[in-house]
Amino acid sequence: MSYRNRTIPELVERAIDGDNRAVGRLLTIVERGGVQSEEVAALTHPQRGRAHVVGITGAPGAGKSTLVGRLLAEYCRRGHRPAVLAIDPSSPISGGAILGDRIRMDDVVPEGTFVRSMATRGHQGGLALAVPGAVRVLDVAGFSPVVIETVGVGQVEVDVVAAADTAVVVATPGMGDAVQANKAGLLEVADVFVVNKADRPGATDVRRDLELMLDLAHVTGADTDASGAVFRPEIIMATATSGEGTVAVVDAIVDHFEHLHISDRLERRRAGRVRAEIRSRAEQELLDRLATMLHTGELDDIIRDSVASHRSPVQAAAEIVGRLTGNH
Amino acid sequence: MPFGGVRDIYRGGNRLSPAQTPERLRVVLAKLGLDGHDRGLKVVARILRDSGMEVIFLGLRQTTSSIVAAVEQEDADAVGLSMHNAGHLTLGPKMVRALDEAGLDVPVVIGGIIPPEDERQLLDAGVAAVLGPGASATEVVESVRSAIVASRG
Amino acid sequence: MGEDATDRSASEDRWRAAYNAGTRRDVPYETMSGVPLEPVYGDAPFPGQFPYTRGIHPGMYRGRLWTMRMFAGFGTAEDTNARFKEILRNGGGGLSTAFDMPTLMGHDSDSEWSEGEVGRAGVAIDTLADMEDLFAGIDLGNVSTSMTINGPANIALAQYVAVAEKGGVDRDRLSGTIQNDILKEYQAQKEYIYPPRPSMRIVTDMMRFTTAEMPRWHPVSISGYHIREAGSTAAQELAFTLANGFAYVEAAVAAGLNIDEFARRLSFFFNSHSDFFEELGKFRAARRIWARWMRDHYQARDERSWQCRFHTQTAGVSLTAQQPEINIARVALQAFAAAAGGTQSLHTDSYDEAHALPTEDAARIALRTQQIVAHETGVAMVADPFGGAPFIEWMTDEMERQAEAVFAHLLDLGGGSILEGVYEGIENGYFVGEIADAAYRFEREVNAQRRIIVGVNAFTEGDNPEKSLLRIDPTVEEIQLKRLGEVKQRRNSDAVAASLAALGMAAESPDTNLMPATIDAVKTYATEGEITRCLSEVFGTYTEAAIV
Repeated sequence: MSYRNRTIPELVERAIDGDNRAVGRLLTIVERGGVQSEEVAALTHPQRGRAHVVGITGAPGAGKSTLVGRLLAEYCRRGHRPAVLAIDPSSPISGGAILGDRIRMDDVVPEGTFVRSMATRGHQGGLALAVPGAVRVLDVAGFSPVVIETVGVGQVEVDVVAAADTAVVVATPGMGDAVQANKAGLLEVADVFVVNKADRPGATDVRRDLELMLDLAHVTGADTDASGAVFRPEIIMATATSGEGTVAVVDAIVDHFEHLHISDRLERRRAGRVRAEIRSRAEQELLDRLATMLHTGELDDIIRDSVASHRSPVQAAAEIVGRLTGNH
Repeated sequence: MPFGGVRDIYRGGNRLSPAQTPERLRVVLAKLGLDGHDRGLKVVARILRDSGMEVIFLGLRQTTSSIVAAVEQEDADAVGLSMHNAGHLTLGPKMVRALDEAGLDVPVVIGGIIPPEDERQLLDAGVAAVLGPGASATEVVESVRSAIVASRG
Repeated sequence: MGEDATDRSASEDRWRAAYNAGTRRDVPYETMSGVPLEPVYGDAPFPGQFPYTRGIHPGMYRGRLWTMRMFAGFGTAEDTNARFKEILRNGGGGLSTAFDMPTLMGHDSDSEWSEGEVGRAGVAIDTLADMEDLFAGIDLGNVSTSMTINGPANIALAQYVAVAEKGGVDRDRLSGTIQNDILKEYQAQKEYIYPPRPSMRIVTDMMRFTTAEMPRWHPVSISGYHIREAGSTAAQELAFTLANGFAYVEAAVAAGLNIDEFARRLSFFFNSHSDFFEELGKFRAARRIWARWMRDHYQARDERSWQCRFHTQTAGVSLTAQQPEINIARVALQAFAAAAGGTQSLHTDSYDEAHALPTEDAARIALRTQQIVAHETGVAMVADPFGGAPFIEWMTDEMERQAEAVFAHLLDLGGGSILEGVYEGIENGYFVGEIADAAYRFEREVNAQRRIIVGVNAFTEGDNPEKSLLRIDPTVEEIQLKRLGEVKQRRNSDAVAASLAALGMAAESPDTNLMPATIDAVKTYATEGEITRCLSEVFGTYTEAAIV
């Protein structure tokens, strides 16, 4: 029987039983959004929480996918069952995408690892909605860690990584990455820094720059992690192409997770994640309603009034907000 | 007439549309076996992307089991294989069988250097479509689309 | 002006002296209608003079026609051996070997990777026993052999040396070429095994080995052919190929070789595509660029180090599956461009190759095509027959300008070293990205009918699908597996294990040349797959990052 015709509860049940096809199907549903994805969220949310969620980001060409592949292999070696969400941009023109991250992981990743390629589908906001849902599915299906890999270029991508339990920022020599990281706000979100391509000239310079920035972090308040605890991120030197440094990177990620287990840091961090998701979801809902009302013409009277100078646009907007929140 | 449409508020393209987003067809593209001619596969990847599909590009040196795993995990709607090694009569049917055994009802489209007289044999073995050398972009997109439609009955 | 005239006449005198000193084919040097012809027309520098834009020999094809080289290899070693003997009986002195895909990738026929590909695209060679069959009854001291293999080139060369020595022919008498151009594998053809740097160590080991022990052997054939087939433009083919050439030079010099000891034995392999004038400009620019860089940038002193010698093959990718017989016309024009461009040897594709390996009939027509070009068109009468035409000179300059821009980029990437720039360009996807962009642009133009391909997007009437294709006997795989099993039974497995252990040790030590240990290993009948696995345990393997 085709998995497209199975009910959501059936798919969730199968996913929990370790059926990768069901997991794959659920991820498609979550990605598309809509009523079905709400059902998936309702079923998976209460069961979530076992997975260590790790976000990995860095500039294009930093070697993230290769590094992720190495990390997965190391996790497998340690007896874990990891999964990855590899996020790549869609073509802004056609909406299509070429998702090539699997190849870079292919070589080193043992069987049993779950890799899912996800396109941004042109809506950065959509990513903020789809990723938490996808992470929940993988979590409930028993994968841990669940690694989210994004190109650290847009704010939404950075936010997605920042919302993980542990955020890893990858820098490389020769790209002015330290400076870039600072600009994009990556410095504040990083729990672990990886200087990849550490065999290249300039790698120690990148490390030094990062150390300097971290030394100054208490001035900017960046020395506290997302849960409010004082934390100085480790800087690990690695060469993903050869696998050098992989063990140290995994150690640092695991150390950070242990740090989160002191008092209620993990709970607070995850509460922040739920809160961010609720906010994105609510914003989306309001915007959807507004779009529908504009589209159906039910706001035309208010707009016409304002055009005719009976009330100011500010008053009109306030009225519309009232209607938005009053209805339903 | 309503003032402003959906477009007004979504200008900038950074918001998800209200209901479900339209379905995006997802296609796994791979070279099965050792042959390294990937020019055609890369061109096809771009053609499919530019027609709005999502291509999971596996590239060179894949096995039937790596392709099956990708189809499962990526929930792909079709598999596209490119063959230039004269091994298509062995490897094409092997791919179809492997998907079948995994319970995946996903069509296989094969392109590359396939002599016309081998086409029938591949189709009989369950390959959904065969694209010869010189197939146009439209033919590529159409054959993938119709193979997916046909597979869903 | 006066000085130019003096220079010109001095150049001309030198050229005429060199021309007169050379040998000449015994044919009338006149047109079909009896009009006498000079060996060259136009301005200095003349053929045979730096920077060799007009050709590397003073008399070009008046001395000797280009070598008409045709490729053979299919099925088992015995099948190909029969074809070789037939070529030799027909007066050919050069054997070109095509290997099957498993052999090219370092896999044995019994590997799970090899299923369906054994003996398909070339001959299957697993152990020395297959190489012995391949050349059985052929005097290796008297033929020139070309082997198209890259990733496991050290193994193929070791097997060839071992076969010769078992037959009483010393390695210093062996003559031939092994493609061994690993850099273009990462850029275009994708038949790599190990990562770039250890692969380059193998190449430089082979250069050192052949320089010391096999003086008649060409250890690398730097190939743009596959770069073009993968979809590059003409200028990219030119630039990437020559850059790879510079990279090998830098690597060999770094490995301690003197440039003038080995550079003259480097040769090139270009594609001849359908845009006649662009191809002509490309061939001429290739010689000029190589000469200038070798003399001025790398300080080679021997003139032979400055001369870009190349083999050409017509563009396989231009062959259409539709109306295949019209490919004969394409091949003829491409062959003419190669000849007018001054190639040293030429392979003409068969018209039916868009679908499969060529049938014997089609291969004969392809050979006849270049014979027509050589003997009937007059292109072999006059060196650089198009030289001096404003359009051709402009095109040559333009090709050179585009190539220099690529070299500048690579020098920048590599911090002043082309070799490092090439490594970086491989790692960051520069080469594959540029090639994929060019291939897609071309495809879109064809699709939009902005570019006409006869029989494909215009003039499509009259297509009658080709019926008689070369069929590889499906039992080849079975026969080869049985043979491999027997060899494994028969050999001394302790000797195999010991030779592989020694090879592994040699690989671990960067200063040890790998060739002697490779030769020892093949002599124990260690399989290609065993040797490759042994080396990849030390060197690692390579996977291309997705650049689509």
